[in-house]
Amino acid sequence: MSDHAISARLPARRVQRWTVVSGSFTLALAGLVGVLAFAPVLFGQGTLTNLTELYFLVILAMMWNALAGYGGLVSVGQQAFIGMGAYAVVYLSVEHSVRPYLAMGLAALIGGALAIPIGAVVLWLRGGAFAIGTWVVAEVLSILVSLDATLGGGTGTSGLLAFNLRYTPDQRLRNTYWFALGAAAVLLGVLFALLRSRLGIALQAIRDDEEAAASLGVRVLLGKGVLYVLAGAGCGLAGAIILAWQLSILPSGPDSVFGVNWTAKMIFMVLVGGLGTFEGPIVGAVVLYLLETYTAGPLGVWYLVMLGGVAIGVALFLPRGIWGTVQERFNVRLLPVGYRLR
Amino acid sequence: MSARPLLSVEQIDARYGLLQAVREVSLEVDEGETLALVGANGAGKTTLLRTIAGAHRLTGGRVTFDGRDVSDVSAYRRTRMGITLVPEGRRLFPHLTVEENLRVAAAARRRGSWNVDRVLEVFPLLQPLLRRQAASISGGEQQATAIGRALMTNPRLLLLDEVSLGLAPVVVDSLYRSLAELSGSGSTMILVEQDLGRAMAVASRIVCMLEGRLVLEGAAEKFTREQVTEAYFGLTAGGPE
Amino acid sequence: MTWVDAVVHGVLLGGQYALLATGLSLMFGVMRIINLAHGSIALVGAYMTFLVVEHVGVSPYVALVVVIPGALVVGYILQRTVLERSLRGGDLVPLLTTFGLLIVIANLLQYFFSPDVRGLSSGRVGTASLQITSTLTVAWFDVLVLGIAIAVIGGLQLLLHRTQLGRELRATAADADTAELVGVNARAVYARATAIAVASAALAGVFYAMRSNFDPAAGPTELIYAFEAVVIGGIGSLWGTLVGGIVLGVAQTVGAQINVQYFALAGHIVFLAILIFRAVRAAGGVKIIRRAFA
Repeated sequence: MSDHAISARLPARRVQRWTVVSGSFTLALAGLVGVLAFAPVLFGQGTLTNLTELYFLVILAMMWNALAGYGGLVSVGQQAFIGMGAYAVVYLSVEHSVRPYLAMGLAALIGGALAIPIGAVVLWLRGGAFAIGTWVVAEVLSILVSLDATLGGGTGTSGLLAFNLRYTPDQRLRNTYWFALGAAAVLLGVLFALLRSRLGIALQAIRDDEEAAASLGVRVLLGKGVLYVLAGAGCGLAGAIILAWQLSILPSGPDSVFGVNWTAKMIFMVLVGGLGTFEGPIVGAVVLYLLETYTAGPLGVWYLVMLGGVAIGVALFLPRGIWGTVQERFNVRLLPVGYRLR
Repeated sequence: MSARPLLSVEQIDARYGLLQAVREVSLEVDEGETLALVGANGAGKTTLLRTIAGAHRLTGGRVTFDGRDVSDVSAYRRTRMGITLVPEGRRLFPHLTVEENLRVAAAARRRGSWNVDRVLEVFPLLQPLLRRQAASISGGEQQATAIGRALMTNPRLLLLDEVSLGLAPVVVDSLYRSLAELSGSGSTMILVEQDLGRAMAVASRIVCMLEGRLVLEGAAEKFTREQVTEAYFGLTAGGPE
Repeated sequence: MTWVDAVVHGVLLGGQYALLATGLSLMFGVMRIINLAHGSIALVGAYMTFLVVEHVGVSPYVALVVVIPGALVVGYILQRTVLERSLRGGDLVPLLTTFGLLIVIANLLQYFFSPDVRGLSSGRVGTASLQITSTLTVAWFDVLVLGIAIAVIGGLQLLLHRTQLGRELRATAADADTAELVGVNARAVYARATAIAVASAALAGVFYAMRSNFDPAAGPTELIYAFEAVVIGGIGSLWGTLVGGIVLGVAQTVGAQINVQYFALAGHIVFLAILIFRAVRAAGGVKIIRRAFA
């Protein structure tokens, strides 16, 4: 049989990255971001606060999903970067008179930079050891900050001086809103570009079978490192937003910026939304946001019990998460991160 | 023939991911028979064995064992009923000793004549290795342990998946001598094998698979090597008239 | 306190950690489940014992006779209903489930028992102390807890290595699919493992309650120490968990000896140092470091 005869029998195949659905959705999303930029003109304080909170949750969820869903890295210690981001903003804006929102932007760089030495320590570890290791690193940072009198010690610190000197509460609210929206959009964009790049394919390979990927020349540690730095930067930004919001922060205790409950929220959002999908964390963030905003008040004490119940329910009945299940059932992809064979 | 077959597989379909690995396969095995299942890599032999053992889900058809429909019965229950699979790649429990690997099979809860001493009679090479960790012994020794472990479940139907894979010919000779012994003493076995010569030597019946289907079936002595080889590669279709 | 005294107290502290960590180690070793709710379960053990003591009037030690078998049953049911299904969803789904359990349990305890602090009497053992040297006195209670930790781990080791259930547990932990092929009912085996884990957690919780006062919010700090003990000792090894607990306890008490505020920090630093050392060794040893600095 000649080569020609064989190839004549195979149908021609096209590799497609964008479909009509994903193309239109991406455009719509970009449009939405544009519209949301005008929100401060259209909506009042309450809505702005709520939306800022939503963007904040989206950032957290995206970052945790980047690590766990795309990199196979289950980090229980992202709060290390959240806390350091918050403290960095105080340090820069209060001690060194850096303009607050510039300091907040720098929090991304600081978070990313911090991820390098921390990553050097933890990225060698696998599985459960990695998870506990990251948690311990966060605890160490929490303790070190609590012991440092110049940073305010155990009673925490505040960005009051830096912010209130320059902005009215109303201005602070708007600026923080735009910052959060911008940060979320930029991180979404960076992650999107990353996943569509060669690194994205490498990560998929690492996720499927790390040893096989390594034997094919995939730089496993480098791939994980890039993700870890991105997540560090993103969580640093999240910490900055917390600071701009609350102004006062604590390094330890139940409301600590270094608290493991931040990770708990991330786990909830990502697993409820859909691990390893691009849209899933956004769905999860929306779910948590809706629950927090509309049920926390009326339910009071039972709110947390309900939250736990939702977590268990999703784990039992929708193990792939809400979006993961939708994606599987209807084979829908709204954002073109993968490939389709037609 | 009045006695019903021990195993009856009817029109089974099985998928491996999106791939249809087994298509409409039907066959019967009588008590005491040794059936050789041959075919090239990817022909569906392992999937077929795993479907019979309950380790792989059917998408169509039925598996009947000793008159009972076991298509929905889980793997461990099938082992307790008497179907035991020696999986491809041996799959010993690496940190358990050889003896522990053998004795864990008591989980099958079946009465029978197999015990550690009897396994050692069939595989004397294991005698000095009883206390050794399974991960630390050679390939041939592991294969013997894996077969011994399966025997310890007192199976009525023994399924063996490529037991000669990766082993030196001398070792395989020894293994097959033991298998011939088992076959001769009345055990019912289905043997998946790529080595046609060995398969035809130990089996009473041969079945050949190609791309998920059965393409040849019948008593071993009725076929020549050439006929089976041709079926193996898909160069002819069918069996003896 | 001298350094030797600190070490001795550290060893005893390690016993406490090991007792709590045993169940964690078992669940992770057998099922790869990181049970975030382990601390909460221990607390439930304490509260159940409290109820028995209140209503029946016996000492906590006697109450254990009821609480422990109850915990075994609860653990078995927990696995068969909730955790088993979570495992099927993938490796990370149990994280979500146990997280959910953690929140539900913690808040239900808060609701039913109020945030009030309670305590369990540790009886005469609780106040007795043992004079070892002129400067060193240890509490008999702490020695008892260490002894119980050793007994529990020893008992589990016997179970794992000398019984059919133990063989089935180890086989299923290594390769659940192949275990099924030799007749092991993997789901029942997992349920038994969780039952044991929950019972040991309840035991740890009761002794924790006897040692110090407790309320529904107690627990999270101890949980991270338990996880550290498991990881230091090596995942999958029960004696390792005991060693890990002791190493951690000693690091903490010695750190506290230097400066009281360094208690937890010292433990964490030792933990990280051990992990890094192991990881570097696994990746090729000192050669890599030399090459990096050459």
